[in-house]
Amino acid sequence: MAKKVTIQILADLAQEREERYHSHNPLAPGHRMCIGCGIPPIVNEVLLAIDKPVVVSTATGCLEVTTGVYPYTAWNTPWIHVNFQSAAAVIGGVEAAYNVLKKKGLIGEDIEFVAFGGDGGTYDIGFQALSAAVERGHNFLYVCYNNEGYQNTGYQKSSATPIGAYTKTTPVGSAKVGKQEPRKDLTMIMAAHGIPYVAQASPHIYRDLTRKVKKALTFKGPKFINVLQPCTLSWRFAPEDTMRLAKLAVETRYWPVYEVIHGKYWKVNIKPKRPKPIEEYIAAQPRWKHVLKYPEIVERIQKEVDDKWNHLLALEEMSKALAEKEGIDYEALFANPEDNKESQ
Amino acid sequence: MPTKVIALTGNQAAAEAMRQINFDVAAVYPISPQTELMGFFAEYVANGEVDTDMVAVEGEHSAMAACIGAAAAGARVITASAGPGIAYMVENLYIASGMRLPIVLIDVNRALSAPLSIHCDHADSMLTRDSSWISIFSENAQEAYHNLIMSVKIAEKAMFPVIVNYDGYIVSHSIENVEVLDDETVRNFVGPSGIHRIPYPLLDVSKPVTYGATAQPDYYTECKYQQHVDFLKVYDIFREVAQEFESISGKYYDFIEEYMTDDAEYIGISMGSSFGTLKDAVNALRAQGRKVGAIKIRLYRPFPVKEVARALSNAKGVAVFDRADSFDGIGGPLFKDVASAVFHNQNRPLIHNFIYGLGGREIHEEEFMRAFDRVERLEKGVESRDYLVEYLQVRA
Repeated sequence: MAKKVTIQILADLAQEREERYHSHNPLAPGHRMCIGCGIPPIVNEVLLAIDKPVVVSTATGCLEVTTGVYPYTAWNTPWIHVNFQSAAAVIGGVEAAYNVLKKKGLIGEDIEFVAFGGDGGTYDIGFQALSAAVERGHNFLYVCYNNEGYQNTGYQKSSATPIGAYTKTTPVGSAKVGKQEPRKDLTMIMAAHGIPYVAQASPHIYRDLTRKVKKALTFKGPKFINVLQPCTLSWRFAPEDTMRLAKLAVETRYWPVYEVIHGKYWKVNIKPKRPKPIEEYIAAQPRWKHVLKYPEIVERIQKEVDDKWNHLLALEEMSKALAEKEGIDYEALFANPEDNKESQ
Repeated sequence: MPTKVIALTGNQAAAEAMRQINFDVAAVYPISPQTELMGFFAEYVANGEVDTDMVAVEGEHSAMAACIGAAAAGARVITASAGPGIAYMVENLYIASGMRLPIVLIDVNRALSAPLSIHCDHADSMLTRDSSWISIFSENAQEAYHNLIMSVKIAEKAMFPVIVNYDGYIVSHSIENVEVLDDETVRNFVGPSGIHRIPYPLLDVSKPVTYGATAQPDYYTECKYQQHVDFLKVYDIFREVAQEFESISGKYYDFIEEYMTDDAEYIGISMGSSFGTLKDAVNALRAQGRKVGAIKIRLYRPFPVKEVARALSNAKGVAVFDRADSFDGIGGPLFKDVASAVFHNQNRPLIHNFIYGLGGREIHEEEFMRAFDRVERLEKGVESRDYLVEYLQVRA
């Protein structure tokens, strides 16, 4: 088992929250998530980065069934779950209520609004509600914890499941080897909505994720962050390897860490100098490693990864040129929120 | 009580009530015959006549989800829909009532597909009958207007959501004289908005609450039992609010409305706009010396079991008119409710079920009169029946 190490930045954020709002962790310990689950660090990194009271909505899924088991709750912040497909619509309703009541002078505080959903509740069944809520321009942050399948129901394929991966609905058989289709690129789709802020992140780079949340909240309107969440149970790796898997996903360029402002300006935050071959990431996951026996499938996966990576770099170059043409300081756009507080 | 009489359609009357109540949030999606209502209301929003944040969602499922979020937040909220839109939001209807949120839903009654029909029947509302929403049917624009004003108060006292039904096109698009209360009277009646109208608002961030927990078999039954017990309290709450409303409007609305039932041997029962026609049928038959009467169900859920049982205690025969079929070999939803209500009566009448008015089919007094004849002949043993249910209006 890995040694317990205090992550200073998160400890500091928790301390700050305690001092300001007398609430240490918005998500209290004692919930029922699996040992080694990637969700609690993601939720904590996101919520601790927010230095205001926050109302959270959550789609049905792992996070929901493990944190609010009647008559207990792990939520130390106002929280609502309606159903699988509605996290974005629900938080939109809460935010609409807030706007009216605030305008009437019936609420004093400034409140932030965050929705969490897994990939099932975000890429698939909740996609319509998400797309529509961001089109309507509600002021909220949507965070997808993407574990690439329906893990709460025992691992069925979602549109986030990669090529060749085993799931209960895409088994490995003599006629078909796992999932046939590539992953839906939801982050790109959200960027295409032209909303103020879209990003991909990974929980092992906690500094990056907390910074992205802070950055996102400097914008009024809808924000979306897609976070890869390695699932120890269904991907079948040892509980202590969660962050190692997340790291490998970034080092192989399988999960690029990047951000998009107004759907126009792109920045790739981490560019592995010597990217690891995708085989290394695949080999670490028993759900997926059978594909190593099929070079043509591995090749297809590597090509998907390379194509997306090159596309991202091209978008980055293009947006730098665009910013220059528009007379906008590209670097300032992506500056740390702490560095340009006056521009908020 | 300052009122004025103006000519309004059902949708205009409902929009007027919405304006006067000044809901905090209205989450809506267009669907006929409700669309026009939200169009009228959108103009009030656009002209700043209300404080409402109108959230134009992408479907009825999200409309109800947004209403749930907004109501749990502490806002006064409303949505409106019809037919397939009601069907689409059914999952969330159960969640709204399970969370005990005082939401108002206008159901401009419309048939369900297939075949597609935008016209009136009550199939949509019947999808909601077991959802523990309080359900009120309106006969005309006046009642739609009054029911809507009362619904806010009923919902907030009972902490259950309320559906106000009125018939698509027949009521929603017909112009009638409507007695409208003045704005101040309505606003005083419903009271001001504010998150603490409900016990546990999400927006009270100093007291974090959890909405929508998961309950295992060790608690689910207890949660539902609380809901069951509290839903039975709606009868008293409805009466209380109806009495309060009488003091501002001069009109008292009971669970049911009885017409010439005192000495009636044969009684017809319906809901919604057809009741006027049913009363015409009763008048025509009374002119022939027949002892007939009619009952209108106003409060459909919770069902006025005792009132219906009492009103039918001396009847020989009952014709229940359902504007929706259950396709179950028994009869329409209202028929089963009425049959259950009179089951323990000492004098149990013959009850027969007629399905009418589906998909906007017009109903005429002659058809209702024919139904009374049929029930009388069944009761006297002159005719017999294979089933408890038959269609009243099928073309040859």
